[in-house]
Amino acid sequence: MKINNTVKINGIDVEIGDEKNLLELIRKAGIEIPTFCYHSELSVYGACRLCIVEVDGKGIMASCSTAPEPGMVIHTDTKEIREFRKINVELLLANHDRECPTCPKSSHCALQDLGRRLGVEKVRFKENPKSVEIDMSSPSLTRDPNKCVLCGDCVRVCKEVQGIGAIDFANRGSKSCVAPAFNDNLANVECVNCGQCAAVCPTGAIIPRQDAEKVWDAIYDKDKIVVAQIAPAVRVALGEYFGIEPGANVAGKLVKAMKIMGFDLVFDTSFTADMTIFEEATEFIDRFKKADKLPLITSCCPAWVKFAEIYFPELLHNISTCKSPQQMFGSVAKKVLPAQTGIKRENIVVVSVMPCTAKKFEATLPKFKTDGIPDVDHVITTVEIGRMINSMGIKFNDLEPEAFDMPMGFATGGGVIFGATGGVMEAALRYAVEKVEGKKLKNVDFKAVRGMEKIKEAEIDVAGTKINVAVVNGLVAAREVATQIAQGKSKYHFVEVMACPGGCIAGGGQPGMADLKVRQMRAQGLYQSDKNMQLQKSQDNYLVEECYKENFEGCPGSHAAHHALHTHYKNRSQIFDAKVPVIRGTEKNSVPIIVTICANREDCPGHNLLARVVKYVKDNGWENKVNIDAAFSSRQGPDAPICVTVGDEVLDSCVFRNPMNTEEEIRNRCEFESVRKAMDACLKT
Amino acid sequence: MDQTISKTARMIKHLEAVNRILKKNNFDKARLIPILQAVQEEYKFLSKDIISYVATSLGIPPARVYGVATFYAHFTLEPKGKYLIRLCDGTACHVKASIPILEALRKRLGVTQENPTTGDMLFTVETVSCLGACGLAPVLVINDEVHGQVTPEHALELLEKIIEKEKNAVADELTKEVAQ
Repeated sequence: MKINNTVKINGIDVEIGDEKNLLELIRKAGIEIPTFCYHSELSVYGACRLCIVEVDGKGIMASCSTAPEPGMVIHTDTKEIREFRKINVELLLANHDRECPTCPKSSHCALQDLGRRLGVEKVRFKENPKSVEIDMSSPSLTRDPNKCVLCGDCVRVCKEVQGIGAIDFANRGSKSCVAPAFNDNLANVECVNCGQCAAVCPTGAIIPRQDAEKVWDAIYDKDKIVVAQIAPAVRVALGEYFGIEPGANVAGKLVKAMKIMGFDLVFDTSFTADMTIFEEATEFIDRFKKADKLPLITSCCPAWVKFAEIYFPELLHNISTCKSPQQMFGSVAKKVLPAQTGIKRENIVVVSVMPCTAKKFEATLPKFKTDGIPDVDHVITTVEIGRMINSMGIKFNDLEPEAFDMPMGFATGGGVIFGATGGVMEAALRYAVEKVEGKKLKNVDFKAVRGMEKIKEAEIDVAGTKINVAVVNGLVAAREVATQIAQGKSKYHFVEVMACPGGCIAGGGQPGMADLKVRQMRAQGLYQSDKNMQLQKSQDNYLVEECYKENFEGCPGSHAAHHALHTHYKNRSQIFDAKVPVIRGTEKNSVPIIVTICANREDCPGHNLLARVVKYVKDNGWENKVNIDAAFSSRQGPDAPICVTVGDEVLDSCVFRNPMNTEEEIRNRCEFESVRKAMDACLKT
Repeated sequence: MDQTISKTARMIKHLEAVNRILKKNNFDKARLIPILQAVQEEYKFLSKDIISYVATSLGIPPARVYGVATFYAHFTLEPKGKYLIRLCDGTACHVKASIPILEALRKRLGVTQENPTTGDMLFTVETVSCLGACGLAPVLVINDEVHGQVTPEHALELLEKIIEKEKNAVADELTKEVAQ
């Protein structure tokens, strides 16, 4: 017996598959119903009221939040629906800052697009200017609440995909807005700069920070040599900006365009990605042999690094000390080029073209400055370079490809696949397996670590030893894995984390919101490029090897390499805890000392410990050199309070990681000696 | 050393109530609103510190707790005076001339709509939309005490009584201290 499992959409029978809602079914039937707040990978919110359809016998309803039922008769376009949609867009426009010509989102704005598509010719309602201050505090993202239409996409992506919730709805009625806690600046809260909010924002309310003007200034400055690096993921997405399909490798065209624009040298970040593999795989082999600080967790993704600094300070020593490829490039370029060309270091301007907004933040960090000059001067996104190309009037699609400059334009497939989730792991495995086994690796494809699943696991046999690896993308998944590691329940030896879903290919600086299909196409583009490359294994990059010979004492892990290519991390936890300042130093770089006191017990040994810390500081006359805070916390479990931090150091011996049972245990954990040592190290000069 | 210990011990004391409330509600995320209500009852307002503390204790992002706290008119993020004066300005009270009462109170206390609390933290003057006691219009509520059919003169009288009482309380306190 045949069960009728169809609905009628505009008179045509359509079979119900595994669609969650009417909207998806209607889109499957080839009708692109307009929406603002619907994303297949986020929860259904039903706020924009554009996806309304008429269901016979039920009336007008939002298709995104209606389940398909057999026998439904649906009309997606009636006179009434058309009117409603138009009015809804009109109302949104009435509340929207309509300075469209000067908005960086213009021509890619969903609101603008829908207004045009639905034929809104006039906004009949009085303009309601909000004139809220634009939040420019973050080096990665600009938040303009005047352009917000309250669709909530950013709120949901931050909470549901990244598990952070740095922004949320605040206030009510006409005062409703999307804001960080306490309406604070984005830079002051737990935002990790991944930019997924900007990727989903249909308007210009959250956009990547625009830095193209600074790059033009550097190009026009005759004294400056402008050196560019292009990240792997840019080449498989930039084409979309010019109407080329996702995944097409347009690196050659981009190099050509940048040469026309006036960049002096155009290099490939994949070169330093190869270099990262030299360092990181060496670090891994070393740690694995010593069974020390495992699992090793990758450090390429600055959004993940900041996430760990905020939520998992106790795991910071697990994170590879390698700089990210972007920062390695900056270090190497500003070290090597002055020696080779005779150009002064201060006249070299390094510009990164990145798929990422967090890279903008990373480049501003003080630890990535040498003699006060940043190693990477400016970071622009894929979309920004696209706009720069457009603004000069270059016909991108007609360009003849040009090769990267040498030597830092030479890369292997290992460096190129860095842009997709699993790529760093695969490149590292190609290196590590060959090094450990001491014979040529024949099959370079580690397919188990490829693909778009949030968490992938693999067991790799290396010379008879089993290595457990995990590849994670999206910070919800990262939190899950990091929690296991923090609790000591993880079996992994090596973990790769990328903050964005699918890796850098879907970064916050890429064109549009990349759905699963686009992400797969972009990743496929990278793996195809890997196949087409002359070499696949990072260790075969002879120009990287040469670079080591000339500059870094010949091999990865050397003293010089450590100095230039490695870094350290900062404990950013407790930004929100209840705090009481105990001592406030007057010196600019006062060392922060935080003692967490358990607010659940009056006899918490933290009181005593804090008092001893204060006494020690006073006895040594360091009152002006420290900022001491008592932080109170009631948290229990894996993210339990860190008892003591001195400077950036989290004192392991003082972590309340597990509930403390005996008095003796409490005394031992809160041992003053280790705190004293840390203070001495920071303050005794 | 003792000073530091007593300072932090005071903070623990300060947090005692919120800890009790969190525990009573089993650290249950779903009970955020009852928790915030109880916290506000205890501390009179929701401070930044306490909101952050509640958020991290429950494992909810502070932005979400802030969103909830700013959504409901019942919650306040500003400290309020010891005496919360709420004047009804619903339709009935408005028609029965609530505005002159409001103006008289504000004038006497030197407060405005933007700054509704007196400098000494004794009074806060607010309007509410309807208290549901339209038969008594215009209605004035001081803390939990309801006054009906109020006139500006009557309202000021109530005010003076409280001011007098508070003055005496301060004087008593001083005498006690001197005696000790």
